[in-house]
Amino acid sequence: MSMEPQIGTAVPSPSPSIGAGKRWGRRVQAVISFVVTIFLTFLGLLAITFFIGRVIPIDPVLAVVGDRASKAVYEAARVSMGLDQPLYVQFVQYVGNVLSGNFGMSVSTGRPVIADISRFFPATLEMATIGILIGVALGVPLGVIAASRQGSWLDQIIRVVGLLGYSVPAFWLGLVGLALFYARLRWVGGPGRLDIFYDGLVSPVTGLLLIDSLIAGDIDIFWNAINHLLLPAAVLGFFSLAYIARMTRSFMLDQLSQEFVTTARVKGVPERVVIWRHAFNPIRVPLITVIALSYAALLEGSVMIETVFSWPGIGNYLTTALLNADMNAVLGATLVIGAVFIFINKVSDVLYRVLDPRAR
Amino acid sequence: MSSTRDWLLEDSPTSRWQANAGRAYRVFTALLRNPLSVVGGVIILVLVLTAIFAPWLAPYSATGQDLANRLAPPSGAHWMGTDELGRDIFSRVIWGSQITLTIVGLVALISAPLGLLVGALSGYFGGWVDRILMGFTDIFLSMPKLILALAFVAALGPGINNAIIAIAITSWPAYARIARAETLTIRHSEFIAAVQLQGASPLRVIVQHILPLCTSSMIIRVTLDMAGVILTAAGLGFIGLGAQPPLPEWGAMISRGRTFILDQWWVATMPGFAIIIVSLGFCFLGDGLRDVLDPKSEGK
Repeated sequence: MSMEPQIGTAVPSPSPSIGAGKRWGRRVQAVISFVVTIFLTFLGLLAITFFIGRVIPIDPVLAVVGDRASKAVYEAARVSMGLDQPLYVQFVQYVGNVLSGNFGMSVSTGRPVIADISRFFPATLEMATIGILIGVALGVPLGVIAASRQGSWLDQIIRVVGLLGYSVPAFWLGLVGLALFYARLRWVGGPGRLDIFYDGLVSPVTGLLLIDSLIAGDIDIFWNAINHLLLPAAVLGFFSLAYIARMTRSFMLDQLSQEFVTTARVKGVPERVVIWRHAFNPIRVPLITVIALSYAALLEGSVMIETVFSWPGIGNYLTTALLNADMNAVLGATLVIGAVFIFINKVSDVLYRVLDPRAR
Repeated sequence: MSSTRDWLLEDSPTSRWQANAGRAYRVFTALLRNPLSVVGGVIILVLVLTAIFAPWLAPYSATGQDLANRLAPPSGAHWMGTDELGRDIFSRVIWGSQITLTIVGLVALISAPLGLLVGALSGYFGGWVDRILMGFTDIFLSMPKLILALAFVAALGPGINNAIIAIAITSWPAYARIARAETLTIRHSEFIAAVQLQGASPLRVIVQHILPLCTSSMIIRVTLDMAGVILTAAGLGFIGLGAQPPLPEWGAMISRGRTFILDQWWVATMPGFAIIIVSLGFCFLGDGLRDVLDPKSEGK
């Protein structure tokens, strides 16, 4: 699982001071280039899913309706998919369908894919959000500590934890967590979002159980939801922790070797202030980018975790669809996860440019 | 012995072979000085040897069933216990090393040259070739890799070959980026101009003079990426889209053990340790290689 966010953009170099007019020109240019790249990337995502759904399968109709479909259903699907048209017409139709929210019907659930996804997405969002909170709350301090004591045993341990984030299979960690903290120690709830007898008692408002149960004023359900959420979120959080700690460490090491840090130390500024103000302040902007990227990566990583924890989110929906060869659902889920992933990626890119005073 | 060493460390090598051997020797000794990369190298070496000598190392067959002895806990006879069909997990982990090594090797063999070629073409020709190729690369780069691999396997059909293809399709763009960056820095070098003036075709310049200079950064990146490839392959196996049973693929083995995780923990846990150790090995070795071959980025 690559939970390592993919960074493809260069760090903007400091630019000399420029006039206000030029600055505005640059901003407009930046906005335009942002819109163009995001548009092209989405188009690319659509082209890839179209390719996967229509070009690779020998018989795309069969891939959508399944091999148990009757002749009539098969023909209807063939015509409705526009397979008698040339490929580029099909692609334009496909883009039109996706833009109007029509992802087709899911064979396994019998509902429109878009309805399924909007039902399952909040569960994923809830888990990934708690996961990233855990990752940031632990990862940033650990990275700072590791950098401020470079070479110590603490630093070595944090380094190894960082590398473990690249070498431990997420689904394995989830399983081991279940065996240990659920089966043996009984510290946390088992698979699923709630115990069975709580299921369906809270009417979904936001789809986020933690919020919905508070709206309903049901504290028992709130605690039960937390109990179930804690382990999968912690497993996800571990991977973002590993990445965030590693990046924080390397940013901090860069800063701590700068001359202004030495100057501050020579002036007798307390070490705590040197680390948390002088060295940490400048790395906040790149850290925001790192956190945004690892949040996007968690949405992707949740696919494996949800399978392990039977978590009714979009990842679980995707894997179920994969095993049932439910192509519309697979492509729909791929599109949504891909689009969110790309969007967060690009926004964090822009955020960097906007927040970094050197790039302004 | 010392004369071999002198020959290797000769400051003015007399042949290309001597220069290459000398460089390899210097990298090797520098790696030996870094404890983590030694650990990584040993792990990879053990993996390769295990894969080659699996028939002799494995105490039992990978598929032989022994239903009387199913789900036996780890013991002297079965070091890692047995699975739900009474198969020895230790033997299956050993046989599984062949599958892991095959996946890793094939993905590297497909995606690295592909990325190298795209990146070198893009960097060498520049202009609209560059814009088109890199636009394509960037689109692939900004996709979530695992999801994309899953979707590709879904369309191609489950199986280990399709899993390899899907992983290779999603991992070439990073190599293209690196190769392009390297090509840009050497494209205007004088030795390239000299070769061009001698009438070398673009193909010859790229293949003979540019690609060899990209290899060291490619080796670093490929080694570092292998952990991710192993995890993705195991993930596909876990979901049931990668290697199919009864193949002893580690991810698929964990998936089988999922049912028994609460009582017979060893079925799912043991193959996981194999995955972690091998992935860590690639990480360590990659980190070490980067420190040696690319001193600029040391400590990051």
